[in-house]
Amino acid sequence: MTDTTFAYHQAIALADLPVYEAEAFAEKLGSCLAQGLRLLCLTALAREAEKTSLLAVFTNDATQKLTAFCAKPLTSLPSLADSYPSVQLFERELFEDYGVKFPGHPWLKPVRQTPDNTPQRYPFFRTDGREVHEVAVGPVHAGIIEPGHFRFQCFGENVLNLEIALGYQHRGLEQCLLQAKPSARLPLLECAAGDTSIGHALAHAVLMERLTGLTVSDRSWHLRRLALELERLANHIGDLGAIAGDTGFLPTSSWNGRIRGDVLTMTAILTGNRFGRGHIAVGGVHNDLDAELCADLIHRLDFARRDALGSVKVMLTSESVLDRLRTTGTVSLKDAKALGLVGVCAKAAGVVCDARLTAPLRPGQNFIPAKCETGDVLARVLVREEEMRASFAMVEDDLCALEEGSPEERGYAPSPILPTGMLAVAQVEGFRGEIVHLAVTNEHSGFQVYKVIDPSFHNWQGLAMALRDNQISDFPLCNKSFNLSYCGYDL
Amino acid sequence: MNTAFFSYLANLALALLLAPLLFGVINRVKAKVAGRHGKPLLQTYYDLAKLFRKSEVISPTTGLFFQLAPALQLVAILAALCLLPLGGNASPLAFAGDFLLAAYLLGLGRFAMIVAALETGSSFEGMGASREAAFSALAEPIFFLAISVLTSLHLDLGETHDWAFSLSLLFGGQSAGAWLSGKFELLLLPIVFFLLLLVENSRIPVDDPTTHLELTMIHEVMILDHSGPNLALILYASALKLWFFASLVAGLLVPDLGAMGFLLWIAVIFLVACAIGLVESSMARLRLKRVTTFLGGACAMAALVLIFSQMR
Repeated sequence: MTDTTFAYHQAIALADLPVYEAEAFAEKLGSCLAQGLRLLCLTALAREAEKTSLLAVFTNDATQKLTAFCAKPLTSLPSLADSYPSVQLFERELFEDYGVKFPGHPWLKPVRQTPDNTPQRYPFFRTDGREVHEVAVGPVHAGIIEPGHFRFQCFGENVLNLEIALGYQHRGLEQCLLQAKPSARLPLLECAAGDTSIGHALAHAVLMERLTGLTVSDRSWHLRRLALELERLANHIGDLGAIAGDTGFLPTSSWNGRIRGDVLTMTAILTGNRFGRGHIAVGGVHNDLDAELCADLIHRLDFARRDALGSVKVMLTSESVLDRLRTTGTVSLKDAKALGLVGVCAKAAGVVCDARLTAPLRPGQNFIPAKCETGDVLARVLVREEEMRASFAMVEDDLCALEEGSPEERGYAPSPILPTGMLAVAQVEGFRGEIVHLAVTNEHSGFQVYKVIDPSFHNWQGLAMALRDNQISDFPLCNKSFNLSYCGYDL
Repeated sequence: MNTAFFSYLANLALALLLAPLLFGVINRVKAKVAGRHGKPLLQTYYDLAKLFRKSEVISPTTGLFFQLAPALQLVAILAALCLLPLGGNASPLAFAGDFLLAAYLLGLGRFAMIVAALETGSSFEGMGASREAAFSALAEPIFFLAISVLTSLHLDLGETHDWAFSLSLLFGGQSAGAWLSGKFELLLLPIVFFLLLLVENSRIPVDDPTTHLELTMIHEVMILDHSGPNLALILYASALKLWFFASLVAGLLVPDLGAMGFLLWIAVIFLVACAIGLVESSMARLRLKRVTTFLGGACAMAALVLIFSQMR
């Protein structure tokens, strides 16, 4: 059977996809991975009588084409995790949610089962040796962060292995989405990861538009990108400040907290909410700006840009900070590719990946993603700084375009009816990296499958790799430089 | 004799009273540099008053030593402070070789806190204890090297053997007289003691006193399990320890000015606090591995002074 490939922005009928037996499906997966295609999603399509049918979607980032195929109902599938580590989390997820067995998986265990009071129940990796000591951190942490458990195997100050156990905030989001009223879907997804409200809402809106064939006006597109880039700015500024704070460098740490607030205020002026909740709508946006507000925002943007770039420059010209960041928490290009990392940490390791380049929401743009080579904390800082500059420029472009136009041009599409048996994928570059939403519709104008993949899903593995052979006292700094979402992973 | 004794007691009382203010000054300097208003100057006093009124939670894994350690540490640091010449007045307890006693009294206090930290059985506190032990073991020889520079200087100046081995002479104003009369290489020594102060008092760039990240802390992580009055004792003891090290710097910088010299002495101590605030506002913390390099720098500086002063 020939491959079914389609453009990333197209919806395709599920019936058109090739369906393989288990063995052939595994072979097909392997050959796609061997060709260098990136696995976007491996998920269950349906479950009938102890058997599960599967769906795999790959992307070819160079040609912007997707490849999808299915597996007949099965109970067991040969594991590919050993040769292609980027598959391992998907396999474990299928094992946890559907009981599919993966013979050959190096360590088949649940993805989101939380370690309970009896340590025997959760199988942590252990290193033997009289001088090896184990440090357990969390799930309750100092400071106001989300719950997660970190288990270090240490030899003195050196970390031999870090294992990250998450799932404390698992709330069955994907299941909720299948049952939710259409009007409840966007609010649900806006809290998939609270700091990426715009990113996830936009991914959902784009997905719905691809399924129903809706088009959005130019003005709506500007208003969406404006919100998305403001979200990126606020988070990158906050992250850079937090990284400075963890190195004990007070100036940037103090200033960035304030500057992030300024950007959140700009989001609030645009959307009425500091985190942009309720802005994105299927087919358009809910809020608009008149010329006066645009001028005000441009004015604020100038100040925010001056302050943010200045504050980060102070940090990046301080030798003591640079020394602290350099060579700390390195992730190699090879590891980043093998684990399928996305977003800031992948770009820092030299991977060319950015959904704004590989799956642009409005074709015809020529976006150049930020890139570094060294893969250490400093590289992640530099990538954020570069993305910050690019976002400032995009926000300014959008504001200028909006100032010239008028709110009447925005238009608004009515709530759409979903077609039956269609598959579509949305890739949106959130501030952490590529957010993937995938949906298959059913005959009741609802969803048979709705899969949310936050960049954190892949990138937590990167953090574990970054800590190997580093010092345990470097963990907080590495953690901040990744700044991953717990609830985006737990779903 | 009697006036000197009472003058010393007055200076000691000032030290006991003003020591917590040092933290207030450091925090205020840091806040001003960062463009914030900052917490009240007297915050440490409020904290102490609050902690003394609180009840205490004691982990069942700990033993008796855990509860005794804070008091032991406070007494040890207090005793060490009493061996210093304060405000230019020689200590009534001074004797030849008292610097050894002072150094090991500080060591005793540290030992108490390390054992108390290990008693909790927490992996965090164990790591903090091991870091504290490692860095203070490296700082100790530098302290003695710097003292030996001063001793050899005073022996050269014709002091008797007894006096030249006492803190009361070395930090009593005569050393400042020496650099004022042209031995400028001695001005490196206050810097050495300032670096030692940063190490021993867990300040940036060695430790970060404001962090909440257990995995990176040294001093703060060792006292995570302490609460209430015992935490107050620890807080007060660290204020006194800071005063002790700041006094070492002041003792080298302030010449013997007679009765009113103590004012300049106290001014220098608060200037040291400002300097700590400025260091903490302007540089990042070193990674743990680099602390040894930092200490190596202090050691090299002390050795340099020794060589210069012997070459003359």
